[in-house]
Amino acid sequence: MRKFLRAAGAWLDDRLGISDTIMPLARHLVPPGAKWSYVFGSAALFCLILQVVTGVALTLLYQPTSSEAYQSLQFITHQAVFGRTLRAIHYFGASGMVLLVGVHMLRVYITASYKFPREMSWVSGVFLLFLTLAMAFTGQLLRWDSNGVWSAVVAAEQVGRIPVVGTLAARLLLGGDTIGGQSLSRFYSYHTLLFPAILFGLVGLHLYLVLRNGVSEPAEAGRPVDPKTYRQWYQDMLKKVGVPFWPNAAWRDIVFSAAVILVIVALAVGYGPPELTQPPSPARIHANPAPDWYLLPIFALFALMPARIESYVIFIGPVLTVLGLLALPFISNAGERSPLRRPWAVFGAGCVVVFMGSLLLLGEQAPWSPKFDAKPLTANSVHSADPAVLRGAMLFSKKGCLYCHLIDGHGGHRGPELTAVARRLTPGELRIRIVNGGGNMPAYGGVISEQELAYIIAFLNTRK
Amino acid sequence: MNSPDLPADKAPQPAVDAADQQAADHELSAPRREFLVKLSLGLSGVAALAVGVPVASAVLAPLLQPDPQTWRKVGTLTDFAVGSTHLVKFENADPVAWSGVSSESAAWLRRDSDTAFTAFSVNCAHLGCPVRWEQDAGLFMCPCHGGIYYKDGSVAAGPPPQGLTQYRIRVAANHDVELLTAPVPITNITPT
Repeated sequence: MRKFLRAAGAWLDDRLGISDTIMPLARHLVPPGAKWSYVFGSAALFCLILQVVTGVALTLLYQPTSSEAYQSLQFITHQAVFGRTLRAIHYFGASGMVLLVGVHMLRVYITASYKFPREMSWVSGVFLLFLTLAMAFTGQLLRWDSNGVWSAVVAAEQVGRIPVVGTLAARLLLGGDTIGGQSLSRFYSYHTLLFPAILFGLVGLHLYLVLRNGVSEPAEAGRPVDPKTYRQWYQDMLKKVGVPFWPNAAWRDIVFSAAVILVIVALAVGYGPPELTQPPSPARIHANPAPDWYLLPIFALFALMPARIESYVIFIGPVLTVLGLLALPFISNAGERSPLRRPWAVFGAGCVVVFMGSLLLLGEQAPWSPKFDAKPLTANSVHSADPAVLRGAMLFSKKGCLYCHLIDGHGGHRGPELTAVARRLTPGELRIRIVNGGGNMPAYGGVISEQELAYIIAFLNTRK
Repeated sequence: MNSPDLPADKAPQPAVDAADQQAADHELSAPRREFLVKLSLGLSGVAALAVGVPVASAVLAPLLQPDPQTWRKVGTLTDFAVGSTHLVKFENADPVAWSGVSSESAAWLRRDSDTAFTAFSVNCAHLGCPVRWEQDAGLFMCPCHGGIYYKDGSVAAGPPPQGLTQYRIRVAANHDVELLTAPVPITNITPT
């Protein structure tokens, strides 16, 4: 029996070329000293595999029709065996993948691994980044609740800013003039078939390029890349000090990736999937659409940008970002790679991280959104017995002032806090501001009566 | 192959000669090679085109199909008091059978006088989020980025580059109030 197994093994090895082709690949020489900073790309790949596996499992339960998707999601979340965990793993897996693709890209940028001869690794990586975001966004839409529906509308409005063909592009995205049965079918096809197919092809290319050009050696200050001599130098270095990829370098990839997946599963079990909101009817307007965290910085940017340039930035911004990223390895493909010799690159990368992080935090708070659920001011919080002041406080809530202005910890954050407004503005100045509005405040002159205005000013004049 | 009646001096190394001859037998003449290359590429192109037309049509279907509009009843005259604003719900013009509730749309309908109505799209002109009518404040407000509109739909504050889009409304002879369905309003880069 053992003899037979050995013979079968030898036969398979011969016909499949495991010893001849696969093992040399696994054991190909890589530069020594590649430490933990090299693990993020492979962890992103393992996240992709996790997404494929959990995604396939979810398609066993999910009904990709506009009329049934919501119910099937309810079923997955509340009834299916491990359905809740499965959805949550897919959600946290998506988060992990976006995060790891981002960290991987930052690492490649900081150590300038995109320089000669690895320009195409960077270029394919840029496409992989945007495909990952496209997967993350379409995945969020497949959570076909009211948030999903309105997110699709928001996306259509954004592509609508493309010059000349904007309206056509929006129609193409929604699958028609309006949201409907055709919309979800298209998003489902993109998310489960079209994008993954492109993603697999690009990942294949990305990995092939690592074998073709070799993984970049750890950067060292004072050892610039010279395209004329680099390949020869790299081969000589591998011959002298190279170590086999498996297991010398790969064990870190595997250990880190396994840890990432365990963390994702732990988060999934601990926190569960994002709650479903209302059913997917565009007629339900009491929705507060917001994307998942990975797209929140962009959503926040739309609130903070000067309105005059925004329509242009929505279109030109992404185009410039893509072109700039694609151009990077061609603008600088030789010279120093060490971050120690490229302080501005490190500073720039730091700025991008701080910028995105701040936008994310702001996006979570959304201070620009009217606080529709602000509790009306009470006689207690107004600290006054004057009927005119109390009436003004009541009007302050009713007329929507409180949605945007904070008073003693009650209200929204869009406008300035008015807890002590009477210290800085006279009644006359208050009147001018309220009547004329300005910036992000409507002109209330045409909205409230002279009497109501007097009450509100009386109220505000006691805030000091 | 290696012909025996060739003079000895013209037959160099028999083995090499045989290989050459074999290669020559399999070599295509230049015109024939050119033809076969063109044939294989051309035929593949035709096959790709034959498949590509229906596939591309499926992808581009939303742009190739007509976009019907239709009048939908949203209530009767008695449902709407003069001066009041209501959220009305209606079915889009041509919902597919598997749309479920996603083929619904809504509009803010205000009765201005006995016969005149104004209907606003619920989609904010900024990024399409659903605006809310705040009755007491007399303003439309958007939850997403704080866009605010006056009651005539013009921009009062915030990021929207243009006012709220309006629907056409008519009152039928039997006092039905009808709304003409319309595409989701898409704001273009050059505000109209």
